[in-house]
Amino acid sequence: MAKRQPQQAMVAAPDPMLPHPYRVRRVQRETYDTFTIELDQANGVSGLPFAPGQFNMIYLFGVGEVPISISGDPAQSKALVHTIRAVGTVTKPIVRLKRGDVLGVRGPLGSSWPVEEAKGSDVVIVAGGIGLAPLRPALYYLLSHRASYGRVALLYGARTPEDLLYTRELEEWRGRFDMEVGVTVDAASGNWRGNVGVVTTLIPWARFEPSDTVAMVCGPEVMMRFTVQALQERGVAAENTFISMERNMKCAVGFCGHCQFGPTFICKDGPVFRCDRMELFLWKREI
Amino acid sequence: MKDLSSRAGLHVVEQEHLHHLFEGLKGRGYSLVGPTLREGAITYAEVGSTADLPAGWTNEQDGGTYRLTRRKDTALFGYTVGPQSWKKFLFPPVTRLWQARRNGSGFQVLDEGQESPKYAFIGARSCDLHAIAVQDKVFLQGNYADPVYRARRKGIFVVAVNCGQAGGTCFCVSMNTGPKARFGFDLALTEVLEGQRHYFVAEVGTELGAEVLQEVPHREATAAERAAAESTVARAAAQMGRTLDTTEIKELLYHNYEHPRWDDVAGRCLTCANCTMVCPTCFCTTVEDYTDLKGEHAERWRKLDSCFTMDFSYIHGGSIRASARSRYRQWMTHKLATWIDQFGTSGCVGCGRCITWCPVGIDITAEVRAIRESKHA
Repeated sequence: MAKRQPQQAMVAAPDPMLPHPYRVRRVQRETYDTFTIELDQANGVSGLPFAPGQFNMIYLFGVGEVPISISGDPAQSKALVHTIRAVGTVTKPIVRLKRGDVLGVRGPLGSSWPVEEAKGSDVVIVAGGIGLAPLRPALYYLLSHRASYGRVALLYGARTPEDLLYTRELEEWRGRFDMEVGVTVDAASGNWRGNVGVVTTLIPWARFEPSDTVAMVCGPEVMMRFTVQALQERGVAAENTFISMERNMKCAVGFCGHCQFGPTFICKDGPVFRCDRMELFLWKREI
Repeated sequence: MKDLSSRAGLHVVEQEHLHHLFEGLKGRGYSLVGPTLREGAITYAEVGSTADLPAGWTNEQDGGTYRLTRRKDTALFGYTVGPQSWKKFLFPPVTRLWQARRNGSGFQVLDEGQESPKYAFIGARSCDLHAIAVQDKVFLQGNYADPVYRARRKGIFVVAVNCGQAGGTCFCVSMNTGPKARFGFDLALTEVLEGQRHYFVAEVGTELGAEVLQEVPHREATAAERAAAESTVARAAAQMGRTLDTTEIKELLYHNYEHPRWDDVAGRCLTCANCTMVCPTCFCTTVEDYTDLKGEHAERWRKLDSCFTMDFSYIHGGSIRASARSRYRQWMTHKLATWIDQFGTSGCVGCGRCITWCPVGIDITAEVRAIRESKHA
């Protein structure tokens, strides 16, 4: 069973169900349905320290609350950054907020990517769709401690070119000499001249030493399943492969029971899990 | 509540003096809750005096069956557990967590004074005391403690009752949770009726229990009276309606996620969620956010929920556990197996309520037996 990663202490609240007000600083459109929101603490105190992979419960007054991974740079915690896809009753109004509007935040919650433990090894980050958002903080961390790691590879797949996130940053990362970036789309229309194929097609070609690689994978469950399989086929051990799981969450602090996944609570034992510890439950239907 | 296990000496309280216990507790400001007869079942509600207890009643329980019947004597506690447990008092099914008011473009949370009533539980059975201990692990011993549960839990006074008969669906002996109460009480009573005599053998569990007992006429129990109490409890232990083999049950269920028995149960289970409502350890809740029509006042409420509902596991476009098969499997595997990894104990205390109150009589002990007898792993 996944060992709980050290968690950051919650900011101030003795009651874990009380949200803290944060003010919208900026809303930036990433794709037709996905937006990145930058928040400042409403009471003037700056920053929310967090570890890459953690999430917050974001509350829209009177509407509801959703779990959203933090997608910003952990070293620059003055602004709290979340990348949100607008899919439902809560997220659709959130992405229409303007500078100065207020959201409630509870967090940071959950376990984090093993950026410390991966030092000295090669790192492969495989992201599918919006799965790049929870991985971006890990990538920022790796790049600001670049000398501590071996080879770094980012493999990113989205359904279509219109679904690619952070395209400008992707191009900057591609321009560096000390990391490899592979981007592919499942399907494309006429103008796309890049790779076409699921993200697992990039794995055989990525440069990393499988016996000394830590893999961090996030995306739809089916994508993670085939990605972990492809990584194992190249020789990356299950003890060095980490995924980020998702389930229904209501309280996000281990009481409501909704986020259970086998014996774990995704809100506190996850969302980041080490694959070998979840062998009995991983990829089983309806668990 | 300081626990003093096996404090020396057992006492006897005659049945006609028991009301002093009620008065003593009321005088100390407790709200007494205990078994009462209403709507065809014995349920927990406010009790004012011994007259409110279902004297002379008992119950017959089996899969999907609960019937009240009359006893030949006037025992005050001569029945087994009904559909409710003490969780309704410690963990209110519907609670407002906080309320907030819109404030310009922001909002301000209004202070919620947490009222916590001071309950005295009258007639708590050993299985239910174990259930309270299990819920303590859930709500008090994680990263965060639940403030509502903690506030209510702190103040309770427990008068336990050792069962003198077992129910048709009871299996506390298999789960090592009874019938004798061994902890978690201030006072424990064993009701004895022999010939013309009707008395209670009382065991003190805490300093507070000893203090309260001082207000009730009592004397030291004789050897014969102690023996009568012991044989009463032994009789209950011998009458268990069900048994559950818990040998390596975690491994058994972890390795049988695809056992065909789950399809068999799925053919019977209505996913009505009764089992989760009557179970004394089930704790799942949902959180709902409300606002008024003007959008100026918001409230967050917590309500008891059940893993059997279709939307319990809903994420972006669908439920993870859509089939009845997966939902029954989730409940039973959680209760008997994953609970052990989560909280260090089984989630089941052998009270049998899930068997009695299942409309189709699904029996958790029979399901385990079926998997064990033809296990795949």
